[in-house]
Amino acid sequence: MSASVILIKNVHLIDPSQSFSKAIDVLISGGIIKKIGKDLSDASARIIDADGLIGCPGFIDLHCHLRQPGFEHKETIASGSAAACRGGFTTICCMPNTNPALDNAGAIDYVMKTAASEAPQVNVLPVGCITKARAGKEIVEMSELAGAGCVAFSDDGSPVSSSRLMSLAMENAAGLGLPIIDHCEDLDLSEGGQLHDGWVAARLGMKGIPSAAEESAVARDIALAELTGARLHITHVSTRGAVELIRNARLKGLPLTADVTPHHLTLTEERVISRPDHAGAPLAYDTNAKVNPPLRTASDIEALILGLNDGTIDAIATDHAPHADEDKLCEFEIAASGISGFDTALGVLLTFLDGKIALDTLVACLTSGPARVLGIGASGAGTLKTSSPADMVLIDTKKVWMVEADAMLSKGKNTPYLGQQLKGMVAATLHRGELVYAGVPERISR
Amino acid sequence: MSLSEVKQGTAGQETLPSLSIDLWHHRHVLDLDDFTREEIDLVFEIADGMVEVLSRDVKKLPTLRGKTIATMFFEPSTRTRASFELAAKYLGADTVGLDAVRSSVAKGESLIDSLRTLQALEVDAIIIRHPCSGAPYIAAEHLETSIINAGDGCHAHPSQGLLDMYTLRRKLGDLKGCRIVIVGDIMHSRVARSNIWGTRGLGIKLVLCAPPALMPHGMAAMLEKCGLQHVSIEPDINNALQDADVVMPLRLQKERQQSGLIASIREYIRLYQVNNERLKRAQPGVIVMHPGPINEGIEVSRDVAYSSYSVIEQQVTNGVAVRMALLYLIAGGKSR
Repeated sequence: MSASVILIKNVHLIDPSQSFSKAIDVLISGGIIKKIGKDLSDASARIIDADGLIGCPGFIDLHCHLRQPGFEHKETIASGSAAACRGGFTTICCMPNTNPALDNAGAIDYVMKTAASEAPQVNVLPVGCITKARAGKEIVEMSELAGAGCVAFSDDGSPVSSSRLMSLAMENAAGLGLPIIDHCEDLDLSEGGQLHDGWVAARLGMKGIPSAAEESAVARDIALAELTGARLHITHVSTRGAVELIRNARLKGLPLTADVTPHHLTLTEERVISRPDHAGAPLAYDTNAKVNPPLRTASDIEALILGLNDGTIDAIATDHAPHADEDKLCEFEIAASGISGFDTALGVLLTFLDGKIALDTLVACLTSGPARVLGIGASGAGTLKTSSPADMVLIDTKKVWMVEADAMLSKGKNTPYLGQQLKGMVAATLHRGELVYAGVPERISR
Repeated sequence: MSLSEVKQGTAGQETLPSLSIDLWHHRHVLDLDDFTREEIDLVFEIADGMVEVLSRDVKKLPTLRGKTIATMFFEPSTRTRASFELAAKYLGADTVGLDAVRSSVAKGESLIDSLRTLQALEVDAIIIRHPCSGAPYIAAEHLETSIINAGDGCHAHPSQGLLDMYTLRRKLGDLKGCRIVIVGDIMHSRVARSNIWGTRGLGIKLVLCAPPALMPHGMAAMLEKCGLQHVSIEPDINNALQDADVVMPLRLQKERQQSGLIASIREYIRLYQVNNERLKRAQPGVIVMHPGPINEGIEVSRDVAYSSYSVIEQQVTNGVAVRMALLYLIAGGKSR
């Protein structure tokens, strides 16, 4: 085990798993949280002066794309993990839309082994495919994938259209005790769509993706979850109607969970047409704002925020989707969908949701919430209870910084927040008791 | 060659331009949404001179001698391309045409790289037609060379919008109070979108009439967001055509039936064809326009398309004049 002994002094600790929010000291030793209390001391410890900083469990991301194997020019397990680590994430779930897809135990094993050797600063938890090659035709050998270490099943951007196949997959997943993570989209209805089916689509002359494409898929999934008893997790919820469907299903007691991304919480369809850093320029057609599901409307954002505040939505997930420059420097209609999210997630949330969502709620949605979705809370993820693995993040909520492509650790510079000033940044990340990112060296002894 | 020479009348006396070329502020022509009233008037005034030139036996002017205009068409087009190329040639420019449908795209070259190559060949303006909405905007963002949008996806076709208004201006004079009805596939029509902007501020009432599935869901919201109060949506063609001064049926692509957006061509004809029976509701002498190419007997009946009301052929001629005016302003008017 780790030899590091670290004493974090005077940190404002927020740990939603134990409803904890106060200024205190945290002693870390042997890779675990040793002790939390007032005026702790340890002569052998490195001291982190955390006065004025927020401390909380390391963030857990339910949805990211690490692109390896197959698309290493967009991201690698190493580069994505480095960006995640600096973004405050200590556990990340990577989606299986790699090439080859993560549809067999060997592929899961490859990701786990590569992560263990090249990404020691985070836990990488692979999500396995629901169907072979994500083709929606044949279910994968789910128990073998589970045995190899996958934590959930998803065909992500190519959701299973067949309700029969999806119900069978849910039954299998329920038997294994693992969740199905679904990207809810009626592909027939959304075909050819480029952005939200609203005024901007009409203005730009592009086919829209109606909210109904997401909502009809959510409604189907809820019915299938009720049929099969599966744990269903709806990822990147983007519409008001979807939030309402999920809320109603939860009121009925279904084991349903959901997440939302920072970009869907903070940007609308109008971001495609107007870029904050190019005021007065002609229409932007900004491919960095092309994402699936698309950025929606102010009304949807209002519903998503309400959903987070009333507990309908459990987690905030990045849907970190890095792309190479050439995937975005092209016509909007052929540009890849996706936003690179690790580098900006925390800053975006703290900057744009200030006053709309309490800090404790935001932290819960990044820690205890996703841990509950995955059912890994008991193993000490998403909590700082004594003896838990010391996965922890320190946050400077006052730090003002500018999003710049060159400063991002992800290979994917595709973010609509480029040139945006944000307030709030990770000051340090600890993983298994080791200081894996230190943005404030002046606060750390030795 | 000066603007006044261009505007020299047939009788030989010089008609000095009443509008100053300093009113022109465009490096690119991407759409009509950022055109001022004065800029449009300037284009029309120069086009008047060009119409006169087009009526001459010898049409060639030396205005753009030594300039090179490139056309880059990423989707098939004969009419617009010929119109732009002739406009450039009548002004004395050299033209180079890149059939991008077959060349660079097939080799996997990106749009930006293709255009950068053209820029490196030192052309003075690039006329681009592209099946993707917004493609000319990407070009304008990444290039120094002037870009003229000759149609991008379902988004815009600014020279068509200008030639439509120019044709009406020549025919009717003041357009104040004029009721113009565009009928058909608004969803996929860059012509309709450019006309929405081109008719702004002229006192025109523009009515959009489309089958439900061929009207974008967000159109009403867009009109409101963009302050386009002169435009209204009327799904019923008989209501739309009531007292119309101008009607513009849009080409109905046959593949709209395959994708289920209309039930059948037969039903479309029954519900939306512009024909003599329907035009009885319109003003006497209603003007019929069409951006071409026409599907005779589908969106417009043959007798209407070739009636005395039709200005479809004048649109084609005026198109060359308007494009000459645009090229003059972009490539020759001001030194940049």
